[in-house]
Amino acid sequence: MSPSFEQLEGEALRRRDGEAGRPWLRVGTALCGQAAGADAVVVALRDALESQEVDARLTEVGCLGLCYAEPLLDVQLPGGPRVFYGNFDPERAGEVVAGHVAGGQPVEALALGYLAPLDGLGDGSGGGGGGFVAPPGLRDLSLHPMRAWENRIALRNAGNIDPLDIYQYIASGGYRALNRALLEMTPGEALQQVNESGLRGRGGAAFPTATKWRFLAGNPSPEKYVLCNCEEGDPGAFNDKAILESDPHTLVEGVILAGYATGASRGYIFIRHGHDGPIERCRAAVGQAQELGLLGENILGSGFSFDVEVALTGDSYVAGEESALMEAIEGKRAMPRFRPPFPAQVGLFGKPTNINNVKTLAYVPEIVSKGGAWFAGIGHERSTGTAILCLSGALNYTGMMEVPLGVNLKDVLYDAAGGIRGGKKLKLLQTGGPLGGVLGADNVDVVLDFEVLRNAGAILGSGGIIAADEDTCVVDLTRSLVAFCQYESCGKCFPCRMGMSHLLEVLERICDLKGEPEDLDLMRSTGESMQAGSLCGHGQLGFNPVASALRYFPAEFEAHILEHRCPTGTCHGPRFSPARSRR
Amino acid sequence: MDGLEQRIDGAVRGQSQPTVTILSSLLAVEDELRYIPREAVERVAEFTGATVNDVWAVASFYPNFRFRPPAARQVEVCWGASCHLMGAMGVVKAALEAAGLEGEGERADHRLSVRLNTCLGACAQAPVMAVDHHLVGRVSPDAAARRVSDLLGEDAAAAQGHTAGRFEDEVDAL
Repeated sequence: MSPSFEQLEGEALRRRDGEAGRPWLRVGTALCGQAAGADAVVVALRDALESQEVDARLTEVGCLGLCYAEPLLDVQLPGGPRVFYGNFDPERAGEVVAGHVAGGQPVEALALGYLAPLDGLGDGSGGGGGGFVAPPGLRDLSLHPMRAWENRIALRNAGNIDPLDIYQYIASGGYRALNRALLEMTPGEALQQVNESGLRGRGGAAFPTATKWRFLAGNPSPEKYVLCNCEEGDPGAFNDKAILESDPHTLVEGVILAGYATGASRGYIFIRHGHDGPIERCRAAVGQAQELGLLGENILGSGFSFDVEVALTGDSYVAGEESALMEAIEGKRAMPRFRPPFPAQVGLFGKPTNINNVKTLAYVPEIVSKGGAWFAGIGHERSTGTAILCLSGALNYTGMMEVPLGVNLKDVLYDAAGGIRGGKKLKLLQTGGPLGGVLGADNVDVVLDFEVLRNAGAILGSGGIIAADEDTCVVDLTRSLVAFCQYESCGKCFPCRMGMSHLLEVLERICDLKGEPEDLDLMRSTGESMQAGSLCGHGQLGFNPVASALRYFPAEFEAHILEHRCPTGTCHGPRFSPARSRR
Repeated sequence: MDGLEQRIDGAVRGQSQPTVTILSSLLAVEDELRYIPREAVERVAEFTGATVNDVWAVASFYPNFRFRPPAARQVEVCWGASCHLMGAMGVVKAALEAAGLEGEGERADHRLSVRLNTCLGACAQAPVMAVDHHLVGRVSPDAAARRVSDLLGEDAAAAQGHTAGRFEDEVDAL
């Protein structure tokens, strides 16, 4: 007999209180932390605690968002604030363990700043949050520009809790929404909350989630599937993976809620093979939820049965397209299907199916918990809620932020992200993945809103924002984006398969200063054929990188073609793209 | 069954997830062996009730599948847009030179390969490379070259090259 939710919550609080008297060391080991050397930090800290015989809890957490400062160490003494050490050098582990963990004094010279203890689980003393003493001489990180603009909903636990410990998620309010929905709401009422929230899909299309769910809910088939898409192949976007690495239970709870609201029988979380951290943490979360009866038969005694499986794909960007994704789960080549029929009628294994992005589903527990109206109150007009942005490229502060929609993109770049590195000027943004193309620097004074951005010619897409400074050659960047799209074309539709190759050939010629004046028209007509003759967005939008670059930087193309020179002088460097394309 | 066939069989049959497909079986073999030998294509076909053609269609589609044993050490350099803008091409060039390679691929002595990866997922730390799947961020061309030289130095003793089998030659000929 599975435990009731009250029993689970009781156990979670007991575990939390049992640890309350111990210092807590947290190290971010999401992909961003790993790339900065976080694994060595964990080892060094473990060694230092052992050799100095200091009792403390050492936990690997996900991404707090301040990726530029990784590896990031968070030290919290019982009842005290969380003190952060940025760009932490494992050689200093002994010093911090002796001075701070054992000695009680933060090592000021190494510290980045502090954050107040969290109300829920984060405060080792068992809740409250108030009454701590701010460490003198350290700055309050809640005023850090990257944090100050934030309103964390989907990322509320990221970097705070142990992603491998379901009880920490429960102690932070997790699975409460599920319990409430299953025991107090009909599926229709749960769906109604999502409808009131105005939530729109965060994979790029911004389609109203409740409308999509209704297509599935209205289908009487006994077997129906909810798929969560974490293929996330866009270079520059890592927020889906970061959610899986930081707080996988938020997603699992979101998938179960989606299953309940739509009457689905089974869920799949779809991840690219090779991203081991996100895969392992997500699989662990599913396993724990199954063990505690939050997945499986008769969940929490509600009579609702639902299970989730993690499915992997091979390397394929197009596998992120919803119909290709279903092909990949079925074990085939990830190539898009003809539509109609749409997935809500004929989807995975021929059964009615809904496909949602990770971020979309990660909002759902808080929406059910706090009500759709609460979520709808955040954001800008028809773009409700927040945007989860991945900031990379030539910015001072790179990382991940969750900001309310309606914030000005200019403020994100110049305030939150600290402007362009080295005092240089912004030249352009590459947003929404390679197919999103570029946005000129003069056009970044826009609010984050799906409609406003679309009208400005930019795509918010999955939230990736890559900044390029004035030294960037836009022709070379376009060539690189097209090389990616060419490599990733699945090959099913020849206008895409051959069109991408032709575009790449022409762009390489222009980069080599051997372009012809007719080349621009040649690319445009190729682009038109791709748009008209491709089944999925890969081919339909495949000309976007070229079209947007031509829109904002026509003179730079002309300089390459007519004057045989690169204005930035940067496109003659080494040039490599993968040796093997899809057959 | 010899050792290789046993490992393939174990990987294919050891899948714990409910949905078992051609792709999931190939991924299981890749996790076990790091490559897909001919025997695996045949075993996966038999196991999933598909033809060898069906399996080969899937295996040849996803570029993560390789058909020869991997090099002893594997270096990947990300060439996604973030990394490209932060200097990935210089990193690729330096890594290839240090490896003694002209383009993406593997050294003839099988000690090391350098490949491009479309996105390693740590864009905020661009440019990023990976050594045997461990990420290294903010990597300069010099650091990449040093890393590759170190790897080759470390493994000088372990350079027991393996000879390519028939299947690999057939794949190359395609």
